[in-house]
Amino acid sequence: MNKSLKKNLFLAACVLPALILFAVFIIYPTVKVFISSLYQDSGLGNVSQFVGLDNFKAMFQDDVFYIALKNTGFLMIVSGAPTILLALFFAAMLTSGKVKESNFYRVVFFFPSILSFVVIAILWSFIYHPTMGIINPVLHLFGMADLDIPVLGNRNTVMWAIAVTIIWQAAGYYMVMYIAGIDGISKEIYEAADIDGATGIQSFWTITIPLLWDILKTTIIFAINGVITNSFTIVRVMTDGGPDRDSEVLLTYMYKHAMNASFGYAMAIAVFVFAISIVLSIISNKVTGGETA
Amino acid sequence: MKSNRIFDKIIGILFRVVLLVNTIMVVYPLLWTILTSFKTNTEILGNPWVLPKSVNIGNYVSAFTKANIGSYSINSVLVTAGSIILLVTMAVSSAYALARYEFPFRKFIKNIYMGGIFIQITFIIIPLFLLMTRLHMNDNRFWLSLVYAVSQLPFSIYLLISFMKGIPKDYENSAMIDGCSYAGAFIRIIVPLAKPGIITVTIFSFFAFWNEFPLALTLISTDTKKTLPIGLANLMEVQRYATDWGALFAGLVIVLVPTIIVFVLTQDKLTKGMQLGGLKG
Repeated sequence: MNKSLKKNLFLAACVLPALILFAVFIIYPTVKVFISSLYQDSGLGNVSQFVGLDNFKAMFQDDVFYIALKNTGFLMIVSGAPTILLALFFAAMLTSGKVKESNFYRVVFFFPSILSFVVIAILWSFIYHPTMGIINPVLHLFGMADLDIPVLGNRNTVMWAIAVTIIWQAAGYYMVMYIAGIDGISKEIYEAADIDGATGIQSFWTITIPLLWDILKTTIIFAINGVITNSFTIVRVMTDGGPDRDSEVLLTYMYKHAMNASFGYAMAIAVFVFAISIVLSIISNKVTGGETA
Repeated sequence: MKSNRIFDKIIGILFRVVLLVNTIMVVYPLLWTILTSFKTNTEILGNPWVLPKSVNIGNYVSAFTKANIGSYSINSVLVTAGSIILLVTMAVSSAYALARYEFPFRKFIKNIYMGGIFIQITFIIIPLFLLMTRLHMNDNRFWLSLVYAVSQLPFSIYLLISFMKGIPKDYENSAMIDGCSYAGAFIRIIVPLAKPGIITVTIFSFFAFWNEFPLALTLISTDTKKTLPIGLANLMEVQRYATDWGALFAGLVIVLVPTIIVFVLTQDKLTKGMQLGGLKG
């Protein structure tokens, strides 16, 4: 066997198995999402009928779809924004040099982000539990006994409760990314600002934030996409969309349709979710991009 | 100068108060779970602030005898270990070829994987389920492991390529002059040198696979083949209207303990790896 043939065989053995499996299990289903959304499809039955955009038309007339859309948007704002702000706040504190044991806090705060979403969802269901949970006793402690309600069973509180759970899970993760970013900023810049008489807060706004901007942009996109996908597991385990349909999010709603064998409709929702995640990523990139220049 | 130092001290104290409050908010729920897992049922339903009277392991016993936690645990270990082995084998060899050789479509293949980082598995889970059904791969722990491994390929290849680029080319050249084959040079020279990268990929994927929920929920239907997260979610649903919570808390602790151990042992590498690539999820 000559040398170049040997080399090609070796390279093919390295690359092809993974590539073929990736094409079968990831690329094909991705393409299939878009195609199926145009069909009236019950999934396993062999008859599927081309219906054009009918699934999308039905989707935009579906009240539950709007509830799911509203709830997903709610989580992006009400859990996404505080997650990023808290992460930034803690990262600033831990890199300020005023807390010697900062490594301890970094490790502790990061911990929830490596836990299973199922564990987190169950854990928080108990925290919110009306009789055995720890939220209501805390409220009592502060003299707010009249707020004693089943947090997850009440349509006014359920989404807030889910949002808090997501913040608890995610803030430490973004904090570690910001700490890494801040550690990468040259110390000399801060020293120069210090000599010029800038306070810590001034340096934070004029040095840290602008130099961290690229990482911030990335994490905002991460956070938006994270909320879309992670809300599936959290909602499914904590409330399964209840009470009634009040905590349904887009992916739990998609999943329910698919399990009821209306695959075409489910895939229309999936295409929509795909589209908003891409559009929102582009928008947040554009909005935040203007200030780097 | 002196007032400045006092000011610094006050800031330091203020920071610590805020940090400690957040520490309690992170640690307390976890501690509460562990304590509750040792409580009897009447204690669980009583005051949540009270410590268990004695260390009661009855919940752990019933988790294994009544709630199937034993077989869920074995399945989780099998699936996690299997998918890590599959992933590392595929990702290391792909990354090596893509990072260090020139061949047709190299750029194109690299771009496919880079784009793949943005495909979330939950978006495509339904067509994937239908495909697996048609291929009779559903309800099978091996195929579940394979899908896990494939789903982590883009991120792992991305991370390993940046690692491989840092290894000087001379190493494998001199090995091949010494008569090593391509595969020999790869396994004997490159794999040991890329070990830090492989460890990082292994740690990341351990957490991803051990905790995974949507795929296992969709692709596994027989109870004896289910992994821990699915078993726990089921237990939660069953127990929602019952009052026997003990086994569930024991189950939560059983899922938590391996993650805590791996986290404590690897948190340094984990956060360093995040600077390299940014962990998904």
